[in-house]
Amino acid sequence: MTALVGRLTWRVAEIAEVRTETPTVKTLALDVEDWPGHRAGQHVDIRLTAEDGYQAERSYSIASAPGGDRVELTVELIEDGEVSPYLTDEARPGDLMELRGPVGGYFVWDPDPGGPVLLVAGGSGVVPLMAMARQRAADGDPVPTRLLYSSRSLEDVIYRDELERLEGDGFDVLHTLTRSQPDGWTGYSRRVDPELLAEVAPPEFALAFVCGPTPFVEAVATALVALGHEPSRIRTERFGPTGG
Amino acid sequence: MDELTLDGNAVAGLLAEVFAAEMTTARGTCDHCGAVEAVGAVLVYRGAGFVLRCPHCESVVAKLVTDGSRAWIDLRGLRTLELPG
Repeated sequence: MTALVGRLTWRVAEIAEVRTETPTVKTLALDVEDWPGHRAGQHVDIRLTAEDGYQAERSYSIASAPGGDRVELTVELIEDGEVSPYLTDEARPGDLMELRGPVGGYFVWDPDPGGPVLLVAGGSGVVPLMAMARQRAADGDPVPTRLLYSSRSLEDVIYRDELERLEGDGFDVLHTLTRSQPDGWTGYSRRVDPELLAEVAPPEFALAFVCGPTPFVEAVATALVALGHEPSRIRTERFGPTGG
Repeated sequence: MDELTLDGNAVAGLLAEVFAAEMTTARGTCDHCGAVEAVGAVLVYRGAGFVLRCPHCESVVAKLVTDGSRAWIDLRGLRTLELPG
């Protein structure tokens, strides 16, 4: 869409690097002309144009911490999606696409949260939360932060090695694997249900960010409120199959 | 509400273009139930356009359609919209 008012416009982005994160998830590092910088948790809209002029737009969270040279998006393949199959299977370094953003101010890292921060991720909902964890680490921010991350299996865990490296200095990561667990698995092996949240997410957390598929976000946010978390201190971001 | 439901974060780019401001932190009042909520927290359904619904009573608060150059916006279900300073 042509910018109606000219304050937010489509920019050209060139794919600089493609990294495989899991069998269905890739990270695209983009060089973006005149990138104004972003805040952790913000996202961008990507627009692809087919040879016949057909256009498709989708919104993707930014995975990289603010301040880097490149903008990184981590994209999960949605089998019957319009945009993600191209981004995860076809996109190569040197390819160009259009990008609008950064956008969003609601689901963004607060450098002064007033107490410990809880991050709850379902599947690729970890992406904007990873931007927050990376910013926290890059800033040397001491705010105690816990990531509770639900994946189907160990091979579906995005950023597994980096999360391990980031642990410590007040950042802890709790994994739960809902479908299959490797031998000797010491993490949780169940859905993020009210009992699990009661154990790991007491209302002492001052601010919570929850991102994942819509049913996951609804269940977690409802359970957090029941545990005594202040509803206005629970920030949510949902994505669904139509996001693909 | 089902797994196709998105939220106001998904239309942040479109709203920023229309309103020339970051809108997910703007607070809207539902004309039906009077609840006040951040735009980022409203429920969003994508079809030919976007339908935005109140997260408390699920009434329609806005409908947005674009055809690539024009934008058509129906805000009948929204009583007020407060933009942050």
